[in-house]
Amino acid sequence: MSRKDKSWKEVSPAGVCWKSSMTYLTGDWKTYAPVRDLEKCTKCLLCTLFCPDGAIHWKPEKGDIEFDMSFCKGCGICANECPTKAIVMKIA
Amino acid sequence: MKNNVEQKVLGLNGDEAVAYAVKQADVDVVAAYPITPQTIIVEKFSEYVANGEVNTEFVCTESEHSAMTACLAAAATGARTFTASASAGLALMHEMLFVTSGCRAPVVMALANRALSAPLNIHGDHSDAMAERDSGWIQIYAENAQEVYDSILQAFRVGEHLDVQLPVIVGLDGFTLSHTLERIQVLSDDDAKKFVGTRELPMVLTHEGKSVPYKLDPENPMTMGPIALPNYYFEFKRQQEDAMKNAVKVIQQVHDEYAVLSDRRYGDGLLEEYQLKDAEIAIVCVGSTAGTVKTVVDELRAKGVKAGLLRIRTFRPFPSAGIAEALEKVKAVAVMDRSMSFGGNGGAVFHETRHALYDADGHPFLVNYIYGLGGRDTSPSQIRKIYEDLQKIVQTKQVDELIKYVGLRG
Repeated sequence: MSRKDKSWKEVSPAGVCWKSSMTYLTGDWKTYAPVRDLEKCTKCLLCTLFCPDGAIHWKPEKGDIEFDMSFCKGCGICANECPTKAIVMKIA
Repeated sequence: MKNNVEQKVLGLNGDEAVAYAVKQADVDVVAAYPITPQTIIVEKFSEYVANGEVNTEFVCTESEHSAMTACLAAAATGARTFTASASAGLALMHEMLFVTSGCRAPVVMALANRALSAPLNIHGDHSDAMAERDSGWIQIYAENAQEVYDSILQAFRVGEHLDVQLPVIVGLDGFTLSHTLERIQVLSDDDAKKFVGTRELPMVLTHEGKSVPYKLDPENPMTMGPIALPNYYFEFKRQQEDAMKNAVKVIQQVHDEYAVLSDRRYGDGLLEEYQLKDAEIAIVCVGSTAGTVKTVVDELRAKGVKAGLLRIRTFRPFPSAGIAEALEKVKAVAVMDRSMSFGGNGGAVFHETRHALYDADGHPFLVNYIYGLGGRDTSPSQIRKIYEDLQKIVQTKQVDELIKYVGLRG
């Protein structure tokens, strides 16, 4: 909550969303963040499929994956599912 | 000079009067589940649907919770929507009543007021509606079947008004009004349709940055009823309170406009005074009992007793200012409640009325009478006794018992 938040006279009625969810950075919620060991990672992309927030992207131009920390909530599912244990969770 | 329109007279009970008004109001969707004493409303309306007399999508649901959910969803598409319920049915809708008012969906509901179990009872009292006092619905209570018909037509205009956008309950006392045949004047279909008009939609800002009509529309997608966390939930609740405050004026305006059309007037639409101007003693009540009270007031006036009545037509929004103004010069007032608030200070109408008078200059003595629970009849002699009690309070300047029970054995 900040001074930038709208007053009750300014908000849309009935809670209709006036902003896209893309502007709501849920990455702020995390306590732990994934850290990847590049030597262990085989780029199998299982983490991109398991991430419930779609916060791990395959970047073909880089030939690598990328974590979008603006939307990673730090749930740790990627670390849990990684077959080579290349991802560990550390305090963000 | 009369400028009201031509009307015809029909013999209808309160439930049938509701169905007739809903038919005339050109409602898009009706979703309901039968429950006594409301059943006749949907029975009658389903006949209109079967006969092709209305262009309404009629949804038979498996429960009242689903009925209310279907109504909310229909209203969210911009449809004019109606449902009816009573007692346990309304209680089962409880969760969805809050969602509906929170989504600012102006659904209209006829509520054939009935007692709640246990013990099981199908007869009239106000326990069902009073239990939903804080659900964010406007509550209008009718005195007779004529007013039921008139109020349903008005309810669509009130709820759908751009300054209001709230759902509306029109209460009719179970059996006393729902099942009793009355001589009712009805508007022509054209006049009723013209009065009710079509549903207007407020404009809202969506996540795409567009200002569009508030309805579910694939061309203009929007998120309705999302999560609002501690940083925003409060603001939306405050908006609902503002809408209720706006409803005070809108109810009066719609009532006045309808009065010109029909030549029928119920006080200012919020409160109806009867012989109250110079009254020394007065009864405050809600619903059909006001008819009995008026009869007793006439008798007492003929004997020179300065007795009066203040009937509360809208319980939500509660017309506090009007009540204070109407009652501050009265010496003793009996507030009648047809429901109980166990462990509280009398019934809900008493709480509110007493509160409304707290800041008034020289407010009257106020006493509460709980009456008519589970459909128990309230007779003119019992009303007479209440006025006698009030006379005694005026003489002795003393209230011996704050909360009394009318017609209770023991």
